[in-house]
Amino acid sequence: PPQVVPGADPAARQLCFAWGPAEGLVCETRFGRAGGSRSRPSPVPSRRDPSVDADTAGGAPGSSRVFVVRRDQDIYIQTLRKLFNESHGIFMGLQRSEDELAGKSRKAQLVQVSKNYRSVIRACMEDMHQAAVSARDPALQGQYSTQVSILSAMELIWNLCEILFVEAAAAGPLLLRLLDWVRLHVCDVDSMVREVLSSENPSKHELFWNVVDVFVLQGRMDEARHLLSKEATANPTSMNMYKILDDLMKKMPMPSLGNTQTLTELELKWQHWHEECQRFLQDGTFASNPHMESICKILLGDEDAILEKKELMTTWYHFLVTRLLYSHPTVRPMELRFYAQSSMDLFLGGESSPEPLDMILMAAFEFEMHQVIKECSIVLSNWWFVAHLTDLLDHCKLLQSHNLYFGSNMREFLLLEYASGLFSHHSLWQLGVDYFDHCPEFGRVYLELHMERVPLSTEQKALKVLRICEQRQMHEQVRSVCKIMAMKALRNNRLGSALSWSIRAKDAAFATLISDRFLKDYCERGCFSDLDLIDNLGPSMLLSDRLTFLGKYREFHRLYGEKRFAEAARLLLTLMTAHIAPCSFWMTLLTDALPLLEQKEIIFSAEQTYELMRCLEDLTAGNTDKQKFQEDDVETTKVEMLRLALARNLARVIVKEGTVEGS
Amino acid sequence: AMEDVSAKFVSQKISRTRWRPPPAATLQPPDIFATGSWDNEDNRISLWSAGDLGNVGLNGEYHGEPHLLCDIQHNGDVMDMQFLDQERIVVASSTGTVTIFRHHQNNQTLSANHRWEKAHHHVDQDTCCGGAACTGVVCNNPEIVTVGEDGRVNLFRADQKDAVRTIDNADSSTLHAVTFLRTTEILTVNSIGQLKIWDFRQQRNEPSQIFSLAGDRVPLHCVDRHPNQQHIVATGGQDGMLSIWDIRQGTMPVSLLNAHEAEMWEVHFHPSNPDHLFTCSEDGSLWHWDASTNVSEKPSFLHQGGKSTTYLSHSTMNQSVVSAWLSNDPTKDRMEITNLIPNQTLSVNSLDVLGPCLVYGTDAEAIYVNRQLFA
Repeated sequence: PPQVVPGADPAARQLCFAWGPAEGLVCETRFGRAGGSRSRPSPVPSRRDPSVDADTAGGAPGSSRVFVVRRDQDIYIQTLRKLFNESHGIFMGLQRSEDELAGKSRKAQLVQVSKNYRSVIRACMEDMHQAAVSARDPALQGQYSTQVSILSAMELIWNLCEILFVEAAAAGPLLLRLLDWVRLHVCDVDSMVREVLSSENPSKHELFWNVVDVFVLQGRMDEARHLLSKEATANPTSMNMYKILDDLMKKMPMPSLGNTQTLTELELKWQHWHEECQRFLQDGTFASNPHMESICKILLGDEDAILEKKELMTTWYHFLVTRLLYSHPTVRPMELRFYAQSSMDLFLGGESSPEPLDMILMAAFEFEMHQVIKECSIVLSNWWFVAHLTDLLDHCKLLQSHNLYFGSNMREFLLLEYASGLFSHHSLWQLGVDYFDHCPEFGRVYLELHMERVPLSTEQKALKVLRICEQRQMHEQVRSVCKIMAMKALRNNRLGSALSWSIRAKDAAFATLISDRFLKDYCERGCFSDLDLIDNLGPSMLLSDRLTFLGKYREFHRLYGEKRFAEAARLLLTLMTAHIAPCSFWMTLLTDALPLLEQKEIIFSAEQTYELMRCLEDLTAGNTDKQKFQEDDVETTKVEMLRLALARNLARVIVKEGTVEGS
Repeated sequence: AMEDVSAKFVSQKISRTRWRPPPAATLQPPDIFATGSWDNEDNRISLWSAGDLGNVGLNGEYHGEPHLLCDIQHNGDVMDMQFLDQERIVVASSTGTVTIFRHHQNNQTLSANHRWEKAHHHVDQDTCCGGAACTGVVCNNPEIVTVGEDGRVNLFRADQKDAVRTIDNADSSTLHAVTFLRTTEILTVNSIGQLKIWDFRQQRNEPSQIFSLAGDRVPLHCVDRHPNQQHIVATGGQDGMLSIWDIRQGTMPVSLLNAHEAEMWEVHFHPSNPDHLFTCSEDGSLWHWDASTNVSEKPSFLHQGGKSTTYLSHSTMNQSVVSAWLSNDPTKDRMEITNLIPNQTLSVNSLDVLGPCLVYGTDAEAIYVNRQLFA
């Protein structure tokens, strides 16, 4: 529906729109400025969006406001969340049921699904009604009442679509279904009926004949006869007249749901009964009682007599069904459109023009399914209705031929719109996932784009988001979620957490970055943080070279701590010779070798010592240029000390090895 | 059977459901439970009545849905929740705050009774987002232990303003859940597949024992201890696997049982009938593990005594239970496993069992009560 932007003045300044956060359309307005309207833009739930109060850079006097237009307002109605959640379950059931059954049982299944959707709408309507009753604030009460009437209209349309499209009732049963439909939805007279029936003496009630008429107009013959019998006992003089009318009503042939009679049989019986009614009317049997005479006229399908009861029918579609009941009980689906059009014209009588709801129902009677969906999309303030109805009709294989010019079909288009609306909601986004899953053409792309935008407030939520992405092999999104979480953890100095996030995403580059942080911390503090993690890396150590080094280097420290010097020395050397350690770290490693070289017992063999020496020379050779410029005393001293220690170790080991071999 | 389950859509995603503990001397089945919500702009703690027992029909079937007694706004997602006693509930928030709420039964209201602001926090706790989610809470009145994303362990007493003990940086990864092992010892699970025992009698800020999963260090999300056999511990992991540990021996789980297809959010031994175990998961299923099927004589668990239900003493069953949970190869034919929710698609975040009653809550914004678990 069109939306008025408060404070917008296109004459003075062009209206510009831009896509804002969470599927919103944002536009700058003069709303809230001096002279602008002070009231809040009521149809737009903009309370939580910070951009509402954001100043624009214009610097004009008074503050400019940004007006946020949300695409699917109803998503934000608390009571409707029940509708969204419960119908999600039904939707998923329908997708699962895909073509398991054929023929009649499939149809029964689809009708059941349709009924389930309707019962959810009804339950929601009841909740909303309760809320309206208990609301103290009149504005709120008004809102709830509006919602009740919208839900009620949705159910009315859905029910008609169920009869005409899903069940596709044939001539005969069609009329019975339409009668049920009218009885269920024309509730304006219910209170009157209750009042009369509960009164002490119904036949003396001033509205007595109105109630009898209501029953007759709705084809509730048994109830009408029951009521009439009360009047009959109170009026013994006109007993005969009652008996005749009662007999006519009792004998009225009705279509049956089973296959017990053919349409021709019914038409024959009906013709016969019709003639009988005609006879009694013409010989003036009811002339003394205008009420009964008018009932007899109604039974005969007299349009004027029926139209006289306009107030009791309240709507043109009630009139249509009553008219069909008494003049065309075997109406065929395709003939409906003619009766519907003329009923509406007769009922409205040029006094009032049809409203959107009338147009939608008319389109349904004309079997213009696409028109129904189109009108509903325009009129209703939510995508829920059209998305679910269209999906159901699609499962009934009624929309196959219709492709839209922009790629996907109508079912998918509407589901995408609905699911996008869900994703704009802070909490309902999870429901949207399954809808996207069942959009074969664009669902995946939509889901990817939306998942990236779900705010990750806690690890728990991130895990849920991650699970959704992983199940669908959305590798890009998995990486992105893990990276965001790893970055957050890093910023909070939670290196352990950061590392487990990058391990989950198999993000080698990030694991390297975190490993470097660990090593830097070690160099600064001389001890490792988060030992519980580093000691337990397991196979994930192989994710990045730096992580492998971190794990191995920590292992060296453990071996050293456990005084397993030979193993420690071997590992230390391998870290350099196998180029596991980054060059920048070699000096630290060589320094770590110092205490091993100084041990009483000889640990490095001659060969290992030569290798250590080569490592040292490689390192210093590479650094000579630099060293000239920055005469680093500490570094030079270190190198000197190492050279000395290595030379001494070599001397000791040559003596020892020589002695061992010589003996 | 499904007919015994009553459901209610509550228009908020439910992160926790907990039965209120019954008064000490009663055998009445539980009637009141609490729920907490998450991912809402306005999260709430709510107390529900499971329904009027007077509504139980002739055949003992139960009708009527849960109805709201009272609720109160809660700042942040409800991450975990435990009853401290009959009137007080301890709630862990994603903001890092731990709150005790009191239920005033005379006028059916809830109020915040005590609050430890940012009990869990990151290094810069003064910044606006300095709080770190408190992921788990466990109570043993008056003691309260909390763990969080900050790897911190806090020990509070309900009547003291400051923490009795805080172990900063207890874990370098996220602690996901905590439970009491004995009065002075707790068990924690973390996001690198470790189960740790902490002893508050020791002054060292290190765990007294570390157990861990072999291979890929799959994160553990929940932990529960066998109510009678304290050395038997069950944990649930990110891959949906159920692990049974015997903390007397080894450093690895005794058995790994393939269970759910996604994160296992909660695991609970039945408190009075511990050969029954319940788990729920992100994959939308809730499993009932029955290890009693192998017992020669299936214990009669419930006496149907008129309207109220009483339960048998469970002392006779312990022997068989031990062998069932700790056998090296508890294959599926020895364990009867039932999925209590077929066709559910969204996550079951929480469950609680007490007596014959089960309550669980989902991301599909519904709470379910089953009052005839063993019928």
